Amino acid sequence: MTPVSTFAYSAASNLLTLTWALPLASAAALALFPRQRVSAIRRFALAANTLNLILVAVLTVLFFKSPPVPNTSSGGTETMLAFAADHEWLSVLNVHYLIGVDAISITLMLLAAVILFSGTLASWTIGAPGGTGKVAALASSENGAKEFFILLQILAAGVFGCFISFDLFTFFVFNELTLIPTYLLIALFGSGRREYAAMKLTLILMGGSALIFLGIFGLYFESGIHSFSILELSQVRFHPDFQGWAFPVLFLGFGILGNMFPFHIWSPDGHASAPTAVSMLLAGVHMKLGAYGCLRIAMYLLPEGAGMWMNVFLIPAVVGVVWGGFVAVRQKDLKYMNAYSSVSHCGLVFVGLATLNLIGLRGAVLQMLAHGFITATVFAVIGMIYQRTHTRRIPDMSGLMRSIPFLSVVFVIAGMAALGLPGFAGFAAELNIFLGAFAAAGTLARMGAVLAVLSIIVSAIYILRAVNGVLHGPPKENAAVLSDAVPVEKIALLTLLAAILVLGLWPGPVVHRIDDALMPILNNLKR
Amino acid sequence: MDNPVLLTQEAWSSLQTAAWAVLILPLLSFLVNGLWLGRKHERAAGWTATALLGATLACALHVASGWRSLVLQHPELYPSRTALAWEHVWLNFGGNLSARLGFYLDPASVMMIVVVSAISFLVHFYSIRYMKHERGAGRFFALLSLFTFAMLGLIVSGNLIQTFFFWELVGAASYLLIGFWYTKPAAVAASKKAFVLTRFADAFFLMGVLLTGVNTGSFDFLVVNGPAAAAELNRTLGAGLFAFKLLSVTTVLLYMGAWGKSAMFPFHVWLPDAMEGPTPVSALIHSATMVVAGVYLTARLFPLFAAAEHTLQLVAFTGALTAVFAAAVACTQTDLKRILAFSTLSQLGLMMLALGVSIPTVANGGGGAVTTIANTAGYTAALFHVFTHAFFKSLLFLSAGVIIHAIHSNDLRDAGGLRKKMPWTYISTLAACLALAGLWPFAGFFSKEEILGAALGNGHFTFVAAGLLTGGLTAFYMTRYFVLVFHGSARTHASSAMNADHAGAAHHGPTEPLLMVLPLIVLTVPSVLVGWLGRNAFLKDMLPWTSSATAPVEHLEAHAGFPWMVLVATALALSGIGTGLYLYGRKRWTAGYADDRGPWLYRILRDKLYVDEVYSFLIRKVGSRFVITPADWAERKILNASFDQGGGVLNKLARGLSRYQNGQVQRSVATALLGLVLLLALYFSGSPLPHLFGSLK
Repeated sequence: MTPVSTFAYSAASNLLTLTWALPLASAAALALFPRQRVSAIRRFALAANTLNLILVAVLTVLFFKSPPVPNTSSGGTETMLAFAADHEWLSVLNVHYLIGVDAISITLMLLAAVILFSGTLASWTIGAPGGTGKVAALASSENGAKEFFILLQILAAGVFGCFISFDLFTFFVFNELTLIPTYLLIALFGSGRREYAAMKLTLILMGGSALIFLGIFGLYFESGIHSFSILELSQVRFHPDFQGWAFPVLFLGFGILGNMFPFHIWSPDGHASAPTAVSMLLAGVHMKLGAYGCLRIAMYLLPEGAGMWMNVFLIPAVVGVVWGGFVAVRQKDLKYMNAYSSVSHCGLVFVGLATLNLIGLRGAVLQMLAHGFITATVFAVIGMIYQRTHTRRIPDMSGLMRSIPFLSVVFVIAGMAALGLPGFAGFAAELNIFLGAFAAAGTLARMGAVLAVLSIIVSAIYILRAVNGVLHGPPKENAAVLSDAVPVEKIALLTLLAAILVLGLWPGPVVHRIDDALMPILNNLKR
Repeated sequence: MDNPVLLTQEAWSSLQTAAWAVLILPLLSFLVNGLWLGRKHERAAGWTATALLGATLACALHVASGWRSLVLQHPELYPSRTALAWEHVWLNFGGNLSARLGFYLDPASVMMIVVVSAISFLVHFYSIRYMKHERGAGRFFALLSLFTFAMLGLIVSGNLIQTFFFWELVGAASYLLIGFWYTKPAAVAASKKAFVLTRFADAFFLMGVLLTGVNTGSFDFLVVNGPAAAAELNRTLGAGLFAFKLLSVTTVLLYMGAWGKSAMFPFHVWLPDAMEGPTPVSALIHSATMVVAGVYLTARLFPLFAAAEHTLQLVAFTGALTAVFAAAVACTQTDLKRILAFSTLSQLGLMMLALGVSIPTVANGGGGAVTTIANTAGYTAALFHVFTHAFFKSLLFLSAGVIIHAIHSNDLRDAGGLRKKMPWTYISTLAACLALAGLWPFAGFFSKEEILGAALGNGHFTFVAAGLLTGGLTAFYMTRYFVLVFHGSARTHASSAMNADHAGAAHHGPTEPLLMVLPLIVLTVPSVLVGWLGRNAFLKDMLPWTSSATAPVEHLEAHAGFPWMVLVATALALSGIGTGLYLYGRKRWTAGYADDRGPWLYRILRDKLYVDEVYSFLIRKVGSRFVITPADWAERKILNASFDQGGGVLNKLARGLSRYQNGQVQRSVATALLGLVLLLALYFSGSPLPHLFGSLK
């Protein structure tokens, strides 16, 4: 058992706390703004989120400059954290505020910060009465910028809190914190069948949470040490019988959040109905909490359970990859198209996890990042097109390349990234996942690998269908009046594209650190 | 292998720098045009791109000469004529397995970087005038440069991952350029078709790449092509009905990539449609460079393919089939560019055929199969044909561009009698046609002869016959093309107006703009000379595995034995030309029947053997109806509906329960008692359920 108190406390751990405290504080501050001051409200939100992006970027740089010394002893199963801190906050249950980051969580935090920043910019027209963006849903909440940004900031706080928590209870609290604002953001600010979508999303995710809750308390009691600390629990060897039932419970619970087939049904409706920034944050970051939990909690703490169950979970993973692609081909609504493409791409994350080898796991982590950035970009650009054309239906659009070239070019680039074109982040991730799957033991894994690779054909079909349908072809008559991206939108999109390109062209350094962070998990699996 | 002692440090580092520049300059051209010049300064974009591509060509030539003097002249240091200018690890997969970006120099890659940068430079130059009045010329140059960058990266790749990386990039660039006129529905459809079809093949290619890497522990061509890798792959997986040879599966999967990219039958359908793109694009991408990437890949992996049992036979078979089929279809088409596209298909088929007929001798040694390549004449011949074909086919496309530019039509029936007005185009097209028909002393003669010689030398009489037939048909359809374009009388308003007076010419600008004709003239020189000049160099230096020194010798002997081959091939070519001249010159046949009349064979060929219709059926009737629709239906009606219905069920249940809680004391007490009984029963039955969470202290 590792005594938790061996951490070298650093000032940086306070910065880590600030990553969720800042959004939460800004939400509180926004509540004090008069609701008519729309411009001031969004400027303030932008300032907060820019500050948070800088904060996370600084932390990332600090992390990569002096990463925690990897566990060099072969077979080391202890996760080495940077910027760690530990405070007890609920002594009855031995709940700690145990925070820290490793390469996986810090890169996911950077993902979250970038998407939050661009999402704020992408929702610049939210709640502006008579502004350029006549978002249909605002009819119900005229001038709702204040509520929108308050809820967005709370959602962000929950997300950041999850990524830094190494205490299961704290993790769970932060995870629940994300659900309520998500419900309200979709139900109040969404479009289409927004109330239905919000209710569906919340109910299904609550179901997932229930499973997670069950699993977490199972771990707590079964460990014999009454601890929620991931670090401590990772050193406990749980009884195989316990692992046999607790692993599927936890994996499924997180898998529901992580968009796993057939529980993905909350996501297309939810993402399609949500306002742009929320779609970006939900698909880009929030869903990653699920896959992150699968890896960090279910697989790390219950390695033998993973060994027993992974071949079973490989099946829905692979089915999801193919299924999402097939259904995406038929979608007429751009947001639904991208949402089903997310089902396919998140399926790839689970395929990577199911390989149980380093290349596959690393591919899964890369895919979380890649899919996060790419899907956020696609959602952002779809939202911007929607603001101009007031439609998201592919058949209703044509030849937008001529009238809004900047947005169109970004759409093409994001589409190419989504279909896994080399040079973009998606390819680096998929390459690792496929290679890991082919290298994995077992015929099932290889068959899964074959199907997963074949999905790149389907992704090309639905992406090109959207690109050709919306951007190419003869322009519509009224297209000439559309205006191209404004500087705010350009900054949002270029930030995201830069991230996609950096990760795609130069994945080496990130992969190196992710490998270090995966080693304890992998060693536990091999134990 | 970097910088052996003997060679001067200076020469080597200058080679390295030039090698970097070969990749950086086209990329720079893409970035400068795409991000900056493209939208505002379209004139400057063309010239800038051309200048940068000129510099690329200079660097490529420098690399080639450096390679000659450093590598080729020192066989004792470079027995395999292969050097690595530089290499960087892109991604490590653990063990020895890694993906690297490198600049791999061997005879084939050196030849190709020179050809690609030369033709790309000329096409850029040509496009300045061609795209002068086009909207989006800046985007055009940016994409053309992007393509060149990707193609060069593909050529100099020394491993399968880098190859796949750039393989996909050339595909994307090709997609964007085919769809350059994005408001034209036909162009949009063609671009999608090209991308999806090649992507289909690429998925299998990627599987082949991954299987190779997983099983041989390396992606490097040097390792993969070695005997150890073949031995590693040479095992049987599965059993009974599902038993398959891993080596065969892997090589066929790898060949699938080449199959799609080089548009071998039945993946050929994207290439004729790709002619919807601007003509310079067709000249660069869809004739001279990208489509030969498949041939190039097959050549790259030749030793591995040769080690597999039937893979080379498959290569030869697809090649022969495509060669004959496409040549026959080309005889019936009426679109200038489609004729050339089918001609390209046919010639690509010949190249594949050449690779496939090199039959290796497989000797089973102790540890595993030891492969010796007995006759590599086909390898040399294929690359030689890639080389010669690049010049005369891009010339043909560029001249077609001049013609289309002048008569504003792609249709053979609109052309005619252009000889007088377009003397330069006439001469250069004549040279290219003769080269394609394979007449001495034009370039095509030599490479075609090599291919036929290779097939004959290995006793593949069927493939020899296919090659000869293709040769005859090629001579025929090129004569038809040539006569109908340049001779006879003007057939339509456009061409006759152009012929009649110079007023029209003044209106449209000159008939033969100098900037467009210049590249034609430049390309005429290699179309005539490269075969004759290059033959010996190719025979001597093309093989990257000279250790088996017997190969070239055997090759020459094989040749010396069959002098009549040349005569037969030439006679067939001449008779093809004669038939063409007779039918279209003397009997004044027109390009095609006005309507659906014509003999059945003609109609079948004109409709391209209905392959497109088969695809359409498979996609619309099978794929859409039996895959997409059921998935979509199940998603809505099963998965989502079950959630919705589940909500309803819960609702009913809740209503029932709330009715149960009617507030009567009797019912409350009865329920409490029932609960107590149940709990007690559970406790005394010894069920583990209460202990599930351990001891609740």
